[in-house]
Amino acid sequence: MKKEEKLTCYHCGLEMHPSEAIWHDGKPFCCNGCKTVYEILNRHDLSQYYTIVEQPGTKAENIEAGDEKFAYLDNPEIAEKLLEFNDGNTHVVSFYIPNIHCASCIWVLEHLEKLNPGIKHSEVNFPAKTVRITYSAAETSLRKVVETLHSIAYTPHISLEDLDKKKPGGSNDLLTKLAVAGFAFGNIMLMAIPEYVQSEGYWIERFAPLFRWISFFLSLPVVLYSARDYYVSAYKGLKNKIISADILLALGIAILFLWSTYEIVSDQGQGYFDSLAGLVFFLLVGKYFQQITYKHLSFERDYKSYFPIAVTKLNGEKEEIIEIKDIRPGDRLLIRNNEIIPVDGIILKNKALVDYSFVTGESLPVEKNPGEKVLAGGKQIGNFIELKAESRVDNSYLTKLWSRETFSKDKKRLKNITDNVSKYFTVAVISLAIAAGVYWYLKGGLAIAIWIMTAVLIVACPCALSLAAPFAFGNILRKFGQVGFYLKNESVLEDLTEIDTIIFDKTGTLTIQEKYDLTWEGEPLSETDKMVLKSMVKTSNHPFSKLIYKYLKDVGVVELEYVEEIAGKGIIAFYKNKTYKLGSASYTGAPAGNVDSETWFHDGEKLRGKFIFKAQYREGLDQLFEKLKKRYEIYILSGDNPGEKEQLKQILPAGIPMFFNQSVHDKTNFIKDLQSKGKKVMMLGDGLNDAGALKQSEVGVAIAESSNVFTPASDAILHAENLIQLNRFLKIAIRTKHIIYAAYFFALIYNIIGFYFALTNRLTPLVAAILMPLSSISIVIFVTFLTKMLFQIEVDFLSNNDK
Amino acid sequence: MNILYLTIFVSLILAITFLIIFIISNKSGQFEDTYTPSVRMLFDDETGYKESKKEQTEDQNK
Repeated sequence: MKKEEKLTCYHCGLEMHPSEAIWHDGKPFCCNGCKTVYEILNRHDLSQYYTIVEQPGTKAENIEAGDEKFAYLDNPEIAEKLLEFNDGNTHVVSFYIPNIHCASCIWVLEHLEKLNPGIKHSEVNFPAKTVRITYSAAETSLRKVVETLHSIAYTPHISLEDLDKKKPGGSNDLLTKLAVAGFAFGNIMLMAIPEYVQSEGYWIERFAPLFRWISFFLSLPVVLYSARDYYVSAYKGLKNKIISADILLALGIAILFLWSTYEIVSDQGQGYFDSLAGLVFFLLVGKYFQQITYKHLSFERDYKSYFPIAVTKLNGEKEEIIEIKDIRPGDRLLIRNNEIIPVDGIILKNKALVDYSFVTGESLPVEKNPGEKVLAGGKQIGNFIELKAESRVDNSYLTKLWSRETFSKDKKRLKNITDNVSKYFTVAVISLAIAAGVYWYLKGGLAIAIWIMTAVLIVACPCALSLAAPFAFGNILRKFGQVGFYLKNESVLEDLTEIDTIIFDKTGTLTIQEKYDLTWEGEPLSETDKMVLKSMVKTSNHPFSKLIYKYLKDVGVVELEYVEEIAGKGIIAFYKNKTYKLGSASYTGAPAGNVDSETWFHDGEKLRGKFIFKAQYREGLDQLFEKLKKRYEIYILSGDNPGEKEQLKQILPAGIPMFFNQSVHDKTNFIKDLQSKGKKVMMLGDGLNDAGALKQSEVGVAIAESSNVFTPASDAILHAENLIQLNRFLKIAIRTKHIIYAAYFFALIYNIIGFYFALTNRLTPLVAAILMPLSSISIVIFVTFLTKMLFQIEVDFLSNNDK
Repeated sequence: MNILYLTIFVSLILAITFLIIFIISNKSGQFEDTYTPSVRMLFDDETGYKESKKEQTEDQNK
């Protein structure tokens, strides 16, 4: 083939063959959708969109799909539930728009008023991929606002979940607590210094009470507000009979405060207010550092985030839009192209082509005839269908799964390292305090005994201990996030170190979603054949068509005389007195075979051959499994038929048990069985059919092809391309635990120094004021440095390996 | 040295004012999205852009 210059779409940057480009305004476009978006933006003086970032668009294929798509937004009840604010005329609404990805997106979405003058203000939150729109209800409507967004290919994702979402709070409590503690810490230190440098004299005697009482009042908000979480957590721990570090912290804070107050009231000394505020401040810094939120990801999805809000119901010939929850068995529903089937039902009219990729990860659609049953959760492709509802939404096969036990109860967490260590630490400290109290009581009386006990509890405050884990885990969590492995929180990282069994789903996890090896079997195709084929599949939405289109990407297109897609059968086209057919075996007159993975081509005279689609496995799986096998038990659970068993066996090392035809329940039960044998299970899967298993396992990892796609509820989301690095992630997690143990040892040395001062009655406010920040800061530095090193070593090793 | 009462009082008032301002700005959601504003500020000035565009089209018309 001769080398041709690559043409890319001016809007979305898609590469295309020169013969298929649509030229408009001297610019090439890949499809009418992209062209339309360009026209709209240009007409409204928004063409700057194309200069901020080049080719900023997303392929705008379906933007003209149906006028009635957003009709449900005219329903006042539904609209009211979506609005964040409504005072009759001014409405505020937030949308999640998955397509937001660049600076141009921000720019165009913040200039919506040029497209729809009813929109008064719009503001993008880029990390969360949301836009908040204020519009005037007198000039426009919710439906029109959404249609405006849709027309420029920024279609918002509106799901059932949005109906009962919480209104945004807008504040970050922890940050406020941290600010209050930091403010108090700084000012109390200033008040404490005079007494540290000068202990006697007229001047200090005159002003000491002022400094002390200011310190007291500044520490009040710290004790009462900033440190509140520690009391709550200590109380909860006590109630559940768990001895945690928080008990010691709460006790330490309370004793520091009470003792300091006692000291200044009785005019004995200046108290430990600076150490107290510093302690709370450092603890909160640790907490803040640990609190990482991936705003664009959600770990808590259920079927509600996939399901639409409303559906069209047929009353005789009249169409009515009803909320999904109002569907009753027996209702006749109209499901249009690209709409999700909300309930289990029987098809009444038209052939259905249902895409269950949301549910199973399998991207090839399933064909269903009138009279057959379809399950909720699939997406209809092609023509509209009529459906008789068989159940209500919450009674459908899939939705029922989510209300099952596994979903209602909280996941049982594995043992927490910090809690584990601090249990012994707490017991040891309290025994030590009592022992010291008894010793000093016998030696010096009650007053000194109480003071020594207090001093022990003050220095024992496990500040360094409590900071080690948050900083280590926080660092690793952040680093993991940078390479596409998003953990829900730090306890997931701890759980990762405990697992001994790994279970993989096949479709979409081991195989690449929507990627198939396409092979042509039959007579070689001529250039004309290829061009006709490409023209035939060009406008079709069927995944097979898209795959063939990609397969023929270097071929041009021709003007067909006639082309029609017959849903569920194939495509027919006339070109130069020939009738071409592409489609199923029965449609093209070929011998019946495996319908799900073949498409035949007939050129009007004879059958030319077929395209065979084969799932493509990710690269490097053999090495990954080889490495994982040494340390973990591995299973493969697949919902598919065992057709690919031989292929899998060739790819993977020997001795890995594989189970096929596993239903949703089978997968969950399989994990339950393993768990009852004492195994700690990690499950990797992608579809909704894995959701139960992901929840049941100790660590459920959802595999996502890109961060835009929806993943089932899980503990972690892993970027699919990094699946083969799984063993490294696990290794890093285990090493992190070792680092934390080292930090504990370090912290213990500080505590022993502290105990020495306390037990020998030498603890002064100055010693505490130096020892506490010193230990905290050095532990933080130690841990941060080591985790950085750890990641550096692993990452270097990783890139060397690739070379 | 009585001036100390005044200076300490004033400095505390000042510090508390800043703390309150910070808390209010946090409550209003200013720290929710720290990324988008950094992009937004780089966009060309609206009016300036329009004018230059007008000039361009005028040039083309000539």
